[in-house]
Amino acid sequence: MKNSYLADITRGIFKENPTFRLVLGMCPTLAVTVLVKNGLGMGLAVVAVLTCSNIVISSLRRFIPEQVRIPCYIVIIATFVSIVEMVLQAFVPSLYAALGVFVPLIVVNCIILGRAEAFAGKQPVLRSLCDGIGSGLGFTLGLLLLSLVREVFGNGTLLAETNYAVQLFGPNFEPMRLLAQPAGAFLVLGLLLALTNIVFKRLQIE
Amino acid sequence: MEKLITILFIYILVDNFVLQRFFGICPFLGVSRKMETAMGMGMAVVFVITISTLVTWLIHYYVLVPLGIEFLQLVTFILVIAGMVQLVETFLRKASPTLYQGLGIYLPLITTNCAVLAVALLAVRQEFTLLESVVFGIAASLGFWMALVIMSGIRERLELSKVPAPLQGTAITLITASILSLAFMGFRGMMTL
Repeated sequence: MKNSYLADITRGIFKENPTFRLVLGMCPTLAVTVLVKNGLGMGLAVVAVLTCSNIVISSLRRFIPEQVRIPCYIVIIATFVSIVEMVLQAFVPSLYAALGVFVPLIVVNCIILGRAEAFAGKQPVLRSLCDGIGSGLGFTLGLLLLSLVREVFGNGTLLAETNYAVQLFGPNFEPMRLLAQPAGAFLVLGLLLALTNIVFKRLQIE
Repeated sequence: MEKLITILFIYILVDNFVLQRFFGICPFLGVSRKMETAMGMGMAVVFVITISTLVTWLIHYYVLVPLGIEFLQLVTFILVIAGMVQLVETFLRKASPTLYQGLGIYLPLITTNCAVLAVALLAVRQEFTLLESVVFGIAASLGFWMALVIMSGIRERLELSKVPAPLQGTAITLITASILSLAFMGFRGMMTL
């Protein structure tokens, strides 16, 4: 029994990673990953919303009529997004400002509705909780990798705008400004996808 | 009038919703395989965004603000959009079966197109007037349509060319989008609001 909970968590992180395997929720992935701080903040916000909405949807799964389930899911998700939005605004205003309109847009992030539809609407509460954490962490991992590449090479720093900011290269380093631009987001994600394709192919063959 | 034209140009070319602002990437990657479907999706999005921006603007300024319940903005907007999509679908089926045939399958997908909610939220956040909001909606959705059609044209050609195995599928599409976005960077700074 314990194993299946663990499997629910790890599935979302590796085998069904939202970013690299399912290619879902691309809008925030591409938009906020200029800095590691923003990517991580967005990822954790999604973990919070996804876990909470999975729990509620799963516990209400016997009461939500089949025909109107999508509007019900959306209202539940929107409620948690509003809560997260207010919390961010109150406690980390700089992150809230950096993420901008992408915080309320978590509502239409396909991962959350996708997990509600594919998993939480049918499975018991504890398993849905694990699934929410797993998928959320998988999404955070994707954002983290992408923002790591973009910040290190596009900005020459690590963890900029936090207390642990590090200047990675010497004063003569000229950062690849392209990577911090929208075009760079598409490019790096495309290359990372190709890389994960190679890695997964190798792993399955061996 | 001047501002309206500026909004139109900015959100079609300079600040293109897909290529510069990253709204509506999912349909951009998902339905850009064929020119025909891209045209259908683009048209449906223009239709829905324009109407839903009009309705959400009215609701925000005539219902939410007078009652002091702006914190319900997100829940209201997303419900209105989901409802609008249903309404448009039902209306089209009765009023214009030919148009419905063309747009029908794309309409339900639009609810989760983040460009629709983004336009509604940004119109309120940037304190546009009603007319400006509608023009903003039209411009943003035309920009989306244009990006989608350009992309589908490229992808139709790409089908015939040899792509290295690991890059096949979404990876090469993203890299193509990157080059397209790079081209659109040429418009940057041409106009500001």
